[in-house]
Amino acid sequence: MESIINRINQQKFWSFHGGVHPPEQKAITNQKPIKTLSLPDQLIIPLQQHIGRQGDLLVKVGDQVLKGQPLTQSTNPMAVPIHAPTSGKVADIKQSVIAHPSGFTELCIFIDVDHQDTWIERTPCNDITRLSNQEIIQKIADAGIAGMGGAGFPTHIKVSTKPDINFLIINAAECEPYITADDLLMCEHSESIVDGIKILDQLLSPAFILIGIEDNKPKAIDALRKATAEIEKIHVCVLPTKYPTGGEKQLIQLLTGKEIKSGSLPIKEGIIMQNVATCFAISEAVIHDTPLLQRVVTVTGQALEKPQNVWALLGTPIHYLLNQCGFDNQGMEKTPVIMGGPMMGFSLPTDTVPVVKTTNCILAPSYKEMPSAFEGNSAEVECIRCGQCADVCPTNLLPQELQWSAKAKDYPQLKKLNLSDCIDCGACAYVCPSHIPLVQYYRVAKAEIRQQQQQEIKAEKAKARFEARKHRLEKEKIARELKHKKAAEARKAAMNKSTPEAAEAKSAVAAALARVKAKKAASQKPAENTASANASEATTNQDNKKAQVAAAIARAKAKKQEKVAPQENNSPVENESAKDDKKAKIAAAVAKAKAKKEQSKTAESEPEQPKAATLADKKANAIAKAKAKALAKKTASNSSDDSSKEQKAPLDKEAKKAAAIAKAKAKALAKKDKASNTETSNNDDSQIKSDTDNQSDSQTETSDKVKDSSDKDAKKAAIIAKAKAKALAKKKLASESASEESQMIEQQKGAK
Amino acid sequence: MTILIAILVFGLISALFGALLGYASVRFKVDADPIVEQIDAILPQTQCGQCGYPGCKPYAQAVADGEAINKCAPGGEDTIKKIADLMGVEAEPLDESHEQDNRPKVAFIIEEDCIGCTKCIQACPVDAILGAAKQMHTIIADECTGCDLCVAPCPVDCIEMRVVPETTQNWLWDLNSIPVQQID
Amino acid sequence: MTDYLLLLVATVLVNNFVLVQFLGLCPFMGVSSRTETAIGMSFATIFVMTIASLLSYLVTTYLLVPLNIEYLTTMSFILVIAVVVQFTEMVVHKTSASLYRLLGIFLPLITTNCAVLGVALLNLRSHHNFFESIIYGFGASVGFSLVLVMFSAMREKLANADVPTPFKGAAIAMITAGLMSLAFMGFTGLVKL
Repeated sequence: MESIINRINQQKFWSFHGGVHPPEQKAITNQKPIKTLSLPDQLIIPLQQHIGRQGDLLVKVGDQVLKGQPLTQSTNPMAVPIHAPTSGKVADIKQSVIAHPSGFTELCIFIDVDHQDTWIERTPCNDITRLSNQEIIQKIADAGIAGMGGAGFPTHIKVSTKPDINFLIINAAECEPYITADDLLMCEHSESIVDGIKILDQLLSPAFILIGIEDNKPKAIDALRKATAEIEKIHVCVLPTKYPTGGEKQLIQLLTGKEIKSGSLPIKEGIIMQNVATCFAISEAVIHDTPLLQRVVTVTGQALEKPQNVWALLGTPIHYLLNQCGFDNQGMEKTPVIMGGPMMGFSLPTDTVPVVKTTNCILAPSYKEMPSAFEGNSAEVECIRCGQCADVCPTNLLPQELQWSAKAKDYPQLKKLNLSDCIDCGACAYVCPSHIPLVQYYRVAKAEIRQQQQQEIKAEKAKARFEARKHRLEKEKIARELKHKKAAEARKAAMNKSTPEAAEAKSAVAAALARVKAKKAASQKPAENTASANASEATTNQDNKKAQVAAAIARAKAKKQEKVAPQENNSPVENESAKDDKKAKIAAAVAKAKAKKEQSKTAESEPEQPKAATLADKKANAIAKAKAKALAKKTASNSSDDSSKEQKAPLDKEAKKAAAIAKAKAKALAKKDKASNTETSNNDDSQIKSDTDNQSDSQTETSDKVKDSSDKDAKKAAIIAKAKAKALAKKKLASESASEESQMIEQQKGAK
Repeated sequence: MTILIAILVFGLISALFGALLGYASVRFKVDADPIVEQIDAILPQTQCGQCGYPGCKPYAQAVADGEAINKCAPGGEDTIKKIADLMGVEAEPLDESHEQDNRPKVAFIIEEDCIGCTKCIQACPVDAILGAAKQMHTIIADECTGCDLCVAPCPVDCIEMRVVPETTQNWLWDLNSIPVQQID
Repeated sequence: MTDYLLLLVATVLVNNFVLVQFLGLCPFMGVSSRTETAIGMSFATIFVMTIASLLSYLVTTYLLVPLNIEYLTTMSFILVIAVVVQFTEMVVHKTSASLYRLLGIFLPLITTNCAVLGVALLNLRSHHNFFESIIYGFGASVGFSLVLVMFSAMREKLANADVPTPFKGAAIAMITAGLMSLAFMGFTGLVKL
């Protein structure tokens, strides 16, 4: 440690491998002070402007908001709130294009600015030493501060660490060409920055504080030196200008000589890094109770008449900034505008993209300045294996090998070559004589690898759940069998006791067995019928019996309800009847579905089947009709309890409609059987389609009426009828695939 | 005479070597190879049954016994290639009986239509449906593998498969898909 | 001592069995698509060749020659080689199941590797003594391994390269092997044996 400090005192720093020296182009904007713009008319504020989770909305459309008012909140530590940058009204909350290279949309709050700029109440703090660490961290979190150097990691998490911090490094390098935002911020507000550094000092108690700054910012260096003259702990370290000095791992290596291992974090070496703009925001938040509402943005490039640094409110659309700085698109049809610098920035898909917490530069180049940004086709040619890319890589990687493997999608090889250590600085692409967009290849490969890892995790989870389910089903099966065995034994034991009940049970069982034997003998005689016909008939008979039984039960209950109806307390009765009603309806729906499935099965088999199917079908529909009638009776009886008589008429109509629907369905199904065997299917299908269309129309009418009258029972009927109609329509529309569907069902049944 | 000696010597050498090998085979005995585990690790674990087997492990077992390797639809070409490398067989194109739309999907229950019958819960191979008899059912989207075994059993047809939307978290940097507008 | 050193250099570089004498080309082409399999195969081959040449020498000197049954040379050599390979296979199967699966059929095919039989017969022809035979076998296998590993590294790169379709796979590999062979022939005259 001492040796490090000695070297720092002597201003003898280390160096990192590689690096490039692109033309700085900082003189375009660093001669003018930071301008404060007039308020734009509308602000577009994305809910998430940082790494982590977005917060929950606190406002809704139409709310009036004051400057500094929080718009989101969350208990999740990885969420950082956003605030209204000025006073106004929330005009809309909708999807809008965000500042991301993909051009995706995310949820944004649109604020119509009222140009009053009214603040919410603020309580500045005069003496920060009175505040506890917890309070400071809370203030930082509530102010919505995220890393403003480009990554946007929530600051309150980064500064709430426990272990001993050896070095607090303030990143004032700003190594990328064109960008002068931090430079001017330091020139004009060095005291506030140092206040922020003092707050961090109080929070983290580091052994040493280093400010890393490049030597192409003489005025900023002087300002910082003056502001930190009295504080022994802070060392202003002037580094030679090289890109990318400002990279986290590179700056650490430059100032301390320590290399952060691959996959490791600086905090493990006792080092924390913060950007100067973040320090400024921290001082504003803790001392002046001002949340993060604006930041310095360098608006530069030769396509602008007045390139300069501006204080931009968060949420300012880019077109406003460009207009304020005299955007002249020189009559070109497609003018690129880049968010970020020339090395790491990305082209904007549209100019309604807003300024976010990590926006440090808007670059509008002219054609002469940056022709590659204008050309549609890339000038990429084959790699000539010159090796310049490996010479300049600051992380000591092999870009040539990485590109080779990335092109071949050889992900294991990419992992071996440490692709995850690439910081996307773009130095390799800058020097490539073949104009290969190397960073693009790496980004695609990194995204693919990340996705593969996530898929593997998901697959592991799915496997575990599948195994657990299998295990559970087996356990249940064993438990069930055990139960059955026990019950059977109990029954046997009961029967074998010499009691009159036991004797009765025995004789009853014997009688039942005899009956079954007789039936079997009788049914085995007619040998002409195919076995499947018997089976299907038997099952349809069973189904019909069940449905009949259910219908009978429903009818009996309905009769009971009518008797019981004229009583005061009707609600429990209604509920019960509703339940029975539901049961009956469900039974009807299930019976119908079963009948339909039978038909689709038998549609393939011998022609004798359709007869049986239509019979079964007719029976099922008759049952459905009967049920509908029962429902009508019941609802009629229920509505007699209601005071309004008018409900009777629509309900009767509904019941009638249900019956009509059932009738039409019966017709349609019968037609379908014929259709599947003949070739006139098309005509029938179209007719059936129109039939079902009419049905669905009438059903939507019914459903509307149902909603008005708020009768749950009729609603349920409508739902089931709707579902049936939908299913029927689907089947008819795809007449060829009908057999395929049934095949699939059988397949699935076989697989189960 | 020399022939007899030759045969004798040869027989002796062979017997000696045979004994040596016999001893070695006992000494270096190997248990059953876990290739089934390795194949199973490659499969995507959607447990959908589209390959014709009830789950991924049974299909892995079948492939180890010689089944065709091109039956896994959710796995796609990638999986076929990996299994081919592992088994040392030729990689074939995916069986045409599967559909070609392989965008990841998750199931979604339209809650207004659900009648609480639990048929879909019984069908889901990874227990990704939350619900009970006569209670509302819902899909746990994070656990759903998109196998679509739940769509068929639903008696009111209220489950649909929705494509997983692309967000900044799962964007694969396909620059050609960015909608570009002119900036005036 | 220098004789043995010269013998080693000769068999590894100057008269390399694969690239100069063109023996053992089957496993050379078959196993060299991945470096892991190549390294595994080279260890197996070193073991087999050394032991096989040793045993062949013993069988020839103490059994075949005294009993005047030199005409059984080929058969007995093949027997020896087959036994050694079988033994190696069992050992590999036990110690590394993945390597065993990766090598696949090429492990038992070392039996038919003409380099192994070639070493044994060439030992006979050159009238090597006991130590010379061992060194000759060892050198041959080290030469084989050297070339195999180098070639597999190149083939892995070629797999990712932009090769025209007619040349993909074995074709470009053969061309590369030919170029390597030209390079190794530059060693001619380095040592005169």
